[in-house]
Amino acid sequence: MKVNEVPQDGNNFKGSDKVKKLVYAVDKDGKYTGVNTKGWEAESFATQQAWAAVEEDLKETEQQVKEGVLSPIAYFMQKCLMDLPLLAKHVGKWQWQVKRHMKPLVFNGLPAKTLQKYADAFEVSVEELKSFGK
Amino acid sequence: MNSTNYQHCQHAHCESGVTSNLLKYAGMDISEPLAFGIGAGIFFGHLPFVKVSGTPGTTFRTWPGTIFKQVTKTLGVKVHTQSFKSVDKAMQALDDVLATGKPVGMLSSVYYLPYLPDAFRFHFNSHNLIAYGKQNGEYLISDPVMEEVSTIKPEDLIKARFAKGFPEPKGFMYYVNEVPPTVDFEYAIKKGIKKTCFMILSPPIPWFGNNAIFLLAKKVKDYPKKLTPRKAALYLGNIIRMQEEIGTGGAGFRFLYAAFLQEAADILQKQELREFAEELTQIGDNWRNFAYSAARLMKDRKSDLVSFDELSDMLYNIGTEEKQFFERLKQVKW
Repeated sequence: MKVNEVPQDGNNFKGSDKVKKLVYAVDKDGKYTGVNTKGWEAESFATQQAWAAVEEDLKETEQQVKEGVLSPIAYFMQKCLMDLPLLAKHVGKWQWQVKRHMKPLVFNGLPAKTLQKYADAFEVSVEELKSFGK
Repeated sequence: MNSTNYQHCQHAHCESGVTSNLLKYAGMDISEPLAFGIGAGIFFGHLPFVKVSGTPGTTFRTWPGTIFKQVTKTLGVKVHTQSFKSVDKAMQALDDVLATGKPVGMLSSVYYLPYLPDAFRFHFNSHNLIAYGKQNGEYLISDPVMEEVSTIKPEDLIKARFAKGFPEPKGFMYYVNEVPPTVDFEYAIKKGIKKTCFMILSPPIPWFGNNAIFLLAKKVKDYPKKLTPRKAALYLGNIIRMQEEIGTGGAGFRFLYAAFLQEAADILQKQELREFAEELTQIGDNWRNFAYSAARLMKDRKSDLVSFDELSDMLYNIGTEEKQFFERLKQVKW
C-alpha cells in the first residue's frame, strides 16, 4: 500500500471518527512510514455488519422476553455483548444455572442477592432488570 | 504524581506500541516496527472450533504478551511483571509505581474503556495501555492506538483490569526497571526473524502458522454449502475485522512487519532484507485485495462478481506466497 492509497473513508459509525488509526504505508521513495487513516470502507462494512447482527439478535430476544419465553437475563446478556460462559463467570454460577435463570418462572423466584449479582454484571439496577419487558 | 516528561506516541498496534513507548521513556530508542519484529509478532492462526462471539477465531499475530516478553528478554532489559488476585492490591501497586514516576503498562478489556469509540468496544481482554500518572482522582492514560492521551476513572480502570472471560487480565501490569547501557539490536533482529520463521513454518498442525491460511482457504470454500448466507457473511466479516479493524497497521500486521524488515536492512546493512520488505508489501496488498473482495461479496450476498471459490483461491495464493517468503527468509545467511 502506498501513502496515497491509504483509504480515508470516515463515516463516524458509533464514534469511530474519534480515532484516526495509524497504518503503515510506503512513501514515494519506497520507505515505510506511519499514516493516519479515517477508516476503510471494507473494514467499516465488516464492523457495521457485526453490530447489525448483534442488534438483530437483541430485537429477537427482546420480543421473546415480552412474550414470556425468556427472562430479562437473556436480553441484558446480549445487550452487554456477553455470551453464556462470560456471564456465568461474572455472576459466579455454572452455565446451566444461568441458562435456568433465563426461564421466566425460575427468574421470578430468584432471591434478591442473585438478582443483584446479575444487575451488577449488566451495570443496571435490580428494578430495571426485573421490570424489563413488562 | 506523574511521569512529567512521558511522551505519548501513537502506534498501529497496542502491544508493540506500548513496548516502544515504555522503552523510549526508559531511554532506549526503539520504533514500533522494530519492537514488533524483534518480538516476533507476525503470525497466522485459524481455530474453527474456538468461537469468539459466535464466529471462528482468526489471528494475524502471536499470543498476547509475547512481544513485550521477547523484546525485553533479547535486549537484556530488566522488567517487572505482576498479576493480582485482589483489586485493592493491584490498584495500590499501580499507584506506588506511578508515585516513583514510572509509566506502567497494563492489560485491559476494551469493553470497559470509555475513551474508545463504541464501535470497537467488544469483550476483547488483551488490550495494552500505559498509565503515566494520576491527576484529580483520574488516571492519565497513554493508549498507543489513540492519537492523544486520555484519562480514565479508577472504577472504569478496575473493571478493565479485572474483566472476566478468556483470557482474564487479572490486573496484569508491567514496567521497565532498567535498560542496559549498550544494546545489540543486530543480535535481537536476527533472533526475532529466526523465531518468526520457526513459528510460522514449523507447526505440524493445521491451525497455526502458514498451514492455517490453507485451512482457512478450505473453510471459506465450504461456507456457502455449510452455512446460512447470514452466518457466511458474519464469518467473512470477522476475518476482515481481525485483519484490518483491530490495530494491525493494515493487512493483518503484514505492512508492520515489512516496515520492520526495512528498518532491519538499515541497521544490519543488508540489502537483501529490503527486497524481502518489498515482497511482503506485495503480499500485504494481496491481503487487502482479499478483504476488499470479501466485503463486496458480503454487501451483495447474491453477487456473482466475486464468489466464495474466488476468495478461497485468493487465500490459497496468499498462503503459497507467504510459505515461499518465510522459507527464503529462513535461509538468509547472517
